[in-house]
Amino acid sequence: MDKLCEACAPWEAYGTLVIKPLSSEKSTLDANEAVANVAYRVCEFFAIYPITPSSPMGEWVDEWSAKKKKNLWGHIPEVLEMQSEGGAAGALHGALQAGALSASFTASQGLLLMIPNLYKIAGELHPFVLHVTARALASHALSIFGDHSDVMACRQTGVAMLCSNSVQEAHDFAMVAHSVTLKCRVPFMHYFDGFRTSHEVQKISILSDDDVRSMIDLDAVKAFRENALTPDRPSIRGTAQNPDVFFQAREACNPFYDAVPAAVQEAFDDLAARTGRKYNLFDYEGAPDADRVIVIMGSGAETVAETAAHLNATGQKTGVVTIRLLRPFDAAAMLAALPKTVKSIAVLDRTKEPGALAEPLFQDIATALYESDRVGQIRLIGGRYGLGSKEFTPAMVKAVFDELSSAKPKKRFTVGINDDITHLSLNYDESYDIETADTRRALFFGLGADGTVGANKNSIKIIGEGTELFAQGYFVYDSKKSGAMTVSHLRFGPKPIRSPYLISQASFVAIHHFPFMERIEVLAQAATGATLLINLNVPADQVWDHLPREVQARIIEKKLKLFAIDAYSVARAAGMGGQINTVMQTCFFALSGVLPRDEAIAAIKYAIKKTYGKKGDAVVAKNHAAVDASLAALHEIKIPAAVTSKSPRPPVVAAVAPDYVQRITAVMMAGDGDRLPVSAFAPNGTFPVGTTQWEKRDIALEIPTWDPSLCIQCNKCVLVCPHAAIRCAAYPKADGDKAPASFKRTDLKVKDVPNYSYTIQVAPEDCTGCTLCAKVCPAKDKTDIKRKAIMMAPQPPLRAQERENYDFFLKLPPAPAALLQDTVKGTQFRQPLFEYSGACTGCGETPYVKLLSQLYGDRLLVANATGCSSIYGGNLPTTPYTTNAEGRGPAWSNSLFEDNAEYGLGIRAGVDQHANQSLRLLGELADKLPAAIIEGIRTTDQSTDAGLATVRGFVSQLKPLLAGLADEKAKLLLSLADYLVKKSVWILGGDGWAYDIGFGGLDHVFASGRKINILVLDTEVYSNTGGQCSKSTPMGAIAKFAAGGKETGKKDLGMIAASYGNVYVAKVAFGAKDSQTVQAFIEAEKHPGVSLIIAYSHCIAHGYNLANGLDQQKLAVDTGYWPLFRYDPARIAKGQTPMVLDSAAPKQPISLYMANELRFQALVKANPEHAAELGKRAQAAVEERFAGYQHLAAGAKVVTPVTPTAPAAPAKDPGAKPSV
Amino acid sequence: MNLSTTYLGLKLKGPLMPGASPLVDNFDNIKRLEDAGAAAIVMHSLFAEQIEGNRVAFDQHIDRWQDNFAEATSFFPSTEDFTFGPQEYLAQIAKIKAATELPVIASLNGTNLGTWVDHAKLIEQAGADALELNTYFLGTSRRTDAIALEHRVLDIVRAVRKAVNIPIAVKLSPFYTSVAHLAGRLEDEKVQGVVLFNRFFQPEIDTEALDVTPKLDLSTSEDLRLRLRWLGLLRDQVNLSLAASGGVHTPVDIVKALLAGADVVQIVAELLTKGPARLGELLTGLKDWMKEHEYESVEQMTGALSLRSCPDPEAYERGNYLRTLQLWKV
Repeated sequence: MDKLCEACAPWEAYGTLVIKPLSSEKSTLDANEAVANVAYRVCEFFAIYPITPSSPMGEWVDEWSAKKKKNLWGHIPEVLEMQSEGGAAGALHGALQAGALSASFTASQGLLLMIPNLYKIAGELHPFVLHVTARALASHALSIFGDHSDVMACRQTGVAMLCSNSVQEAHDFAMVAHSVTLKCRVPFMHYFDGFRTSHEVQKISILSDDDVRSMIDLDAVKAFRENALTPDRPSIRGTAQNPDVFFQAREACNPFYDAVPAAVQEAFDDLAARTGRKYNLFDYEGAPDADRVIVIMGSGAETVAETAAHLNATGQKTGVVTIRLLRPFDAAAMLAALPKTVKSIAVLDRTKEPGALAEPLFQDIATALYESDRVGQIRLIGGRYGLGSKEFTPAMVKAVFDELSSAKPKKRFTVGINDDITHLSLNYDESYDIETADTRRALFFGLGADGTVGANKNSIKIIGEGTELFAQGYFVYDSKKSGAMTVSHLRFGPKPIRSPYLISQASFVAIHHFPFMERIEVLAQAATGATLLINLNVPADQVWDHLPREVQARIIEKKLKLFAIDAYSVARAAGMGGQINTVMQTCFFALSGVLPRDEAIAAIKYAIKKTYGKKGDAVVAKNHAAVDASLAALHEIKIPAAVTSKSPRPPVVAAVAPDYVQRITAVMMAGDGDRLPVSAFAPNGTFPVGTTQWEKRDIALEIPTWDPSLCIQCNKCVLVCPHAAIRCAAYPKADGDKAPASFKRTDLKVKDVPNYSYTIQVAPEDCTGCTLCAKVCPAKDKTDIKRKAIMMAPQPPLRAQERENYDFFLKLPPAPAALLQDTVKGTQFRQPLFEYSGACTGCGETPYVKLLSQLYGDRLLVANATGCSSIYGGNLPTTPYTTNAEGRGPAWSNSLFEDNAEYGLGIRAGVDQHANQSLRLLGELADKLPAAIIEGIRTTDQSTDAGLATVRGFVSQLKPLLAGLADEKAKLLLSLADYLVKKSVWILGGDGWAYDIGFGGLDHVFASGRKINILVLDTEVYSNTGGQCSKSTPMGAIAKFAAGGKETGKKDLGMIAASYGNVYVAKVAFGAKDSQTVQAFIEAEKHPGVSLIIAYSHCIAHGYNLANGLDQQKLAVDTGYWPLFRYDPARIAKGQTPMVLDSAAPKQPISLYMANELRFQALVKANPEHAAELGKRAQAAVEERFAGYQHLAAGAKVVTPVTPTAPAAPAKDPGAKPSV
Repeated sequence: MNLSTTYLGLKLKGPLMPGASPLVDNFDNIKRLEDAGAAAIVMHSLFAEQIEGNRVAFDQHIDRWQDNFAEATSFFPSTEDFTFGPQEYLAQIAKIKAATELPVIASLNGTNLGTWVDHAKLIEQAGADALELNTYFLGTSRRTDAIALEHRVLDIVRAVRKAVNIPIAVKLSPFYTSVAHLAGRLEDEKVQGVVLFNRFFQPEIDTEALDVTPKLDLSTSEDLRLRLRWLGLLRDQVNLSLAASGGVHTPVDIVKALLAGADVVQIVAELLTKGPARLGELLTGLKDWMKEHEYESVEQMTGALSLRSCPDPEAYERGNYLRTLQLWKV
């Protein structure tokens, strides 16, 4: 600690450095880009599918291909986005078979989907490289973060497995993998840690084209081509083999595997000869006479090496063996790397194999040792670390080395957590820190959308590429999409930075969004004497008084130097709106002393010109003005000797929150989830619902206010709210009498319900300020038309009062049954059982989900495909599905991305089993139970609220009767009785799922005829992973993998479903016609078979301000872009045509719709002629499709859409048997 | 029959040209206009605000969503290739120049001094033969007086004049207190011509939506008469090229404009509704009229009925309003 204190003060230590351009081979980038950089240069074909955290690699090669960048041989590689990783693997196998140099990128579940083809590709000895950002597999929960469970699930496939530990290694090993696979013909999986390496920005050396060329054996390329299947010299592959030969043929590949380790070492040596960077199959680092060694693979090896060096400096003898080539495993090389002096080894695995003797790395090392002459001489223990990107720090490494020193070390252990159940975890000293003074460490707490991360990436580039300093950046994101926090961890130093873990002792801490200081312990990582920079919109002399007690105490205790700036004002004055990135970046350079101040400022200005130059001088000038203004507005704040503030930080959750929320949820919310022990969690991934209500995120700058005198009580504001943060109530007048003084109400204007009050109430701390409620409000002041019943107003002055009002509001009784009609107004009197999700401000999906929860929430089961809706629906710490006063609410679950339709169908089948069984038992117990109950349950129509309530009443009468019967059947029925009340099963997902990866399953569900409902939240791209093209993406829109504008039209999923004849289909857009949306949800649930609702969902990936989302929905419908219809098979029986068009023929050209969205306008900017051409085709397609719908609505039968461009398939031989 | 005329110092083969409109964004239309006998191409207006607006939109809708969320560090393909502002416009100038024989008159619309100058320079470099400046700024505040409005125009013109060497025409609105005085001041600032007049969006009230929307109505021949007056009045007072713009729909309209004093006639609404070939019909109609009325050249016609040359100059002047009414009373 002392050493760090010294380190913090003299930031000026770097003051002598001069900015000078380095050689072009140095770049600051992350591993995804570093790997794509190599793969692109040596390949001709990529088949890919987006999956976190590997998506950027695919996006890079796609972008380069779109820009016609050439590979090493002057050729532009093709990039094909497929419908799933399974599809990508198939396409790759085919391309390899045809002799095209191919590669791909994936992770986690995507990798698992590729496994069948990995066997095939390896079995046929195709040279191929799959670059994998190693990521956890979904088990008890989904995790997008890094561990080795995915790659470890591929050990058996036959691919060679090469692991890199850092950004530089990822770049280098990508090269080695591509080089060796060509030589040896064994396909390679090259992997590195998801996020920790894939997304870490580092300054690295880039291989020149000559380097790359020298590593590719052209004879091997020629041999690969000659091995391609071609009719010019045909052969056959993919035969079926019988017991007589399969085994022998399988063994024929052995020599190829035997040759791999030496070839990899040779490639390593070639690389070293050209670059000086030396690698071995197993690298040893540490004391030559070490007694204790850790064997490890991946980024954690860097941490172990760093820690071992630190321990050795204090006289200990430790070391690390880093595994580079896991398959084929070269035991001799591993043993050779191990010092002769080693007495004990700990093998660390970043995966879990429940029930195994030990994890895979351990088993490999154990086998190698057992078969060596050192068997019995070395003590071997093994443990797990870092699952799902759990931090792996020097403190944990030290704990493992300490364990190796102990007399009776744990044979199996975990490190990094507190396992208070099976007690496997090692204790470690959290305060242990080994970082040296010459590395500068800075932490930035930014608000998503304020540009903090972008600015920090920019700073790293400035320093990394402008000076001799090494730089590292790692970015931690929130799980919420609105009002999210980003934390940037930046290191700078004179030596390469090998610290792949978060900063624990920062010399510079910047708080870009002040409310974080009130919510979380942002100074926990501030080192003594560190510089603290706060962005706060008060005069400098009031800054101190605004700090909560705890923060003041920390500042004094840690002797921090405090600086403040009102960055929002500076940015606004410079004409940059809410973008404070340039302002805060300037302050960082001014205060941190990483570079001399003047040079740093000059460097920022230069970087601004480079970054924004294309956007015009005005943008550059604005930013330059912001730089100058920032320095003038930056103030040092005098720190009093003692704490002066009387206001403590508010508690994380309200005191009335349930025990579980207090003990567990609140800890996660405070950013302290790492401290929760194993016992805090259910072993099967189950969590209590309704926890978003405790997370008062308080992110809206403005909230709606209600004017009862203008309100027409239509409840539209309630319907459109994406966050259930504005609600209506109708209650007996007397119930409102004890309301707080500022609580607003008026008489309910419904004739049949007299003496009731009506209130519209906002949840001031849950509202995100999207303005949709104010936009939709139709109630205008007759004399001042811009005034409406809902108007936005600044939140801070209203917060306390509206909080009190909202608390009162929530205690009001539910609306009377007479009001709960199947209309927009009626549905909105129902309690939303989906509230305050972390979806984007103004999200276009969540109003549908909320409506669903209002209509059927108390009997709803949801199968949710992975995507935005599973993230805002189920990402910890808090989740939005909640319960009503009776404790009923949606049962929600996410299985995978690809299987959601099947998953939902399974849920339906499971529920049906229970329902049928309980009905059967009811019949079998008829003589022991009152007939009225049995008949009541059997005959009551459960399609209405009243019917459901009646049956629930019968069931509650039934239960005590059953309990009193000494009959096995009664016991069984008692456990199933609740299923006598009908359940509503809904399958939810986005277009990526429904149109692409999950379509096969979805189609099967269409055909199933079961009582199941499907809601497709159609944003027309893969929103959650960053706007990749799906088969729902419209013609003329740009998207990732359609950078040149999508050439083909959107798939007509509705008509595909309708072609089954018995599927209810509706296409809806709540912003255009909310009544039709409500009607569709009601009809879908009533429909006895499969129903499909395709819901227009505006999205940030469309590129416009979502405050205009409703207007844009109207335009979508008015231009015929999104025709509204309902295809209801029930109408056939009534002698009507099933198709009902709910929107008029296009009134306006589609260009009006397209003009408002950047996804279309970007193409106009990039390629106006092509945009015009696609626009014309899109218009024609809209007209054609609408005409088709009109035809159907007029009584024609639905026909499956035909793809006009596809040539007719040749007639099949009717006598041919299907192949198996 | 000699149809040639001189406008802004450019020798033109005839007096007709399309006025600034989106018509000429389409390259086919340009070829068809040339075939129909257009003497020059006036390009659609490049709006300074639009360019800035695009940049801001890209900033807001692409950049602000970058690096917010672990799974999506961006939502669009890289924006490097999206060109902002004048590049597209400049490329179009070069393209027209390369593909036709016609002079290109670029058109700039805006009120911000800085961007004017930048864009005017780029337009000149791209090969435009002349520049039409559209400087109209509505004085909507009681704090803005008439002089300030005129100064604003003159300041911009002065800056652009300094920046480029190509001829400049200023497109005026009819709402200046003294159009003739302003035209004289513009002449002093060494512009080569004025275009009479601009047309504007006018507010429209939607009585169902209870909203106000801007609306642009296409001109009719009725609109020409305002132009005729000022063509007639300016012809002999200033030494500037004059273009009639707004209200020209028939050959007779063209004849009127030329007789009043226009050097050239710009046509928009008629071409937007009837297509580029209509320009050829109008030209034929003009020729027929000239033949019938034994005019040999356009030059002969230009200003033949201007303030100075017309038998009843008072008809151009304000006083005749009263007289007209009196005549009706009789």
